Amino acid sequence: MIGLIDYGAGNLNSVQRAFETLGFKNRLIANGKQVDDSLDKLVVPGVGAFGYAAGELKRRGLWPAIKKWLKENRPFLGICLGLQLLFEGSEESPAEPGLGFFRGKCHKLASVKVPHTGWNEVEVSQRDYLFEGIKNREYFYFVHSYAILDKSDNDKVLALTSYGGTFISAIKQGNIYGVQFHPEKSGLAGLKLLSNWSLKC
Amino acid sequence: MLATRIIPCLDVDEGSVFKGIRFKNLIAAGNPVTLAQRYYEEGADELTFLDIGASWKSRKTLIEVVEKVSRVIFIPLCAGGGVKSLSDIKELLRAGADKVSICTAALENPFLLREASLAFGSQSIVLSIDAGRTGQGWHAFMKGGRIDSSLEAADWARKGVELGAGEILLNSIDRDGTKEGYDLELLRTISDKVSVPVIASGGAGRLEDIYEAINTGKADAVLLASLLHFGQLTIPKIKNYLKSKGVKVR
Repeated sequence: MIGLIDYGAGNLNSVQRAFETLGFKNRLIANGKQVDDSLDKLVVPGVGAFGYAAGELKRRGLWPAIKKWLKENRPFLGICLGLQLLFEGSEESPAEPGLGFFRGKCHKLASVKVPHTGWNEVEVSQRDYLFEGIKNREYFYFVHSYAILDKSDNDKVLALTSYGGTFISAIKQGNIYGVQFHPEKSGLAGLKLLSNWSLKC
Repeated sequence: MLATRIIPCLDVDEGSVFKGIRFKNLIAAGNPVTLAQRYYEEGADELTFLDIGASWKSRKTLIEVVEKVSRVIFIPLCAGGGVKSLSDIKELLRAGADKVSICTAALENPFLLREASLAFGSQSIVLSIDAGRTGQGWHAFMKGGRIDSSLEAADWARKGVELGAGEILLNSIDRDGTKEGYDLELLRTISDKVSVPVIASGGAGRLEDIYEAINTGKADAVLLASLLHFGQLTIPKIKNYLKSKGVKVR
């Protein structure tokens, strides 16, 4: 059973529909108590502001439950803002710390057009089950204004993408994964990645 | 590198897809869900659905279409047409749209853009501008191109982005459905003025027009309707051509 963290993120519906199409059982998780042993995997989706999301997760008692989940190295996938929250913080909301699972902070993308909106190439730098059966430099759909440009946790980086600089588009430590793009909106490649994560990661 | 997006636009009115010529003379062009599926398989980067009926019945159809499509097609979906309020936006996002485009309501109440972008994030708010030539420049029009807001299109685009719009969908009223090519001057003017992606719409007739919208007009994406619906061009044909001209496509 995959738990989908529900804190009001706009893309939750799409993530759920993608897992349903792939045939993976899932359940929406709206508070900390619902994060229990009946769940095998946890997904934190997200679009929107870092501070708002961190605040909502705390308000719903989800923050400590997620921290505990990460500490126990249970299967986890952070999507877009869900990846960013795994880091120490963001320039977007300096007062609100992140989960601090990975080292580094999010910074604003330095490009003429921000948000970075559209399909961009994901260059895999470390082989992993997550990208099995997906060609290198495959296009995935992105929409974000902030990203992890700092690569202090270099050995954990799975993939990089360029847009006014190079940022981390996928990262992993143990069973904890994060992707900056939206697999639920990236066509067949995205569905393949979600299926890989559900079955093999 | 970021790819230039090719976005088929499906006009929805009580169950079928239409494409107007200069916003009038509507011709039926097929079932929206079937068409959406076809474009997805051909490599569409995103899909836009526009309710052109602006009645409760056509809105209901739009919601049904978005709902159905979002369960089988996993690329970004944008919905719009007659969107007036936060609750309209919420309803479409809940149905499965990732973005909602707003035109007339934003001109009538610009603050809606601020409220909507705060509530749902800028990435989900597309400001649709129907621009028509008026003397020296272009004005933003309302109500399907019938009423001149008297605002300069470029000023309105900049203001809209300040208020929180995450993308601009730029329609040329003068070129819509004419197949005479995009209004490149308009595109370039707006694209240079805003920091968010600009989607070109209105006037494509040939492959060269699409290339020019990207190369000269600096469009980040192109919206296409009749050219695709009636089979004059296909998405693979467009992408192969753009690739041969050095444009990055998926």
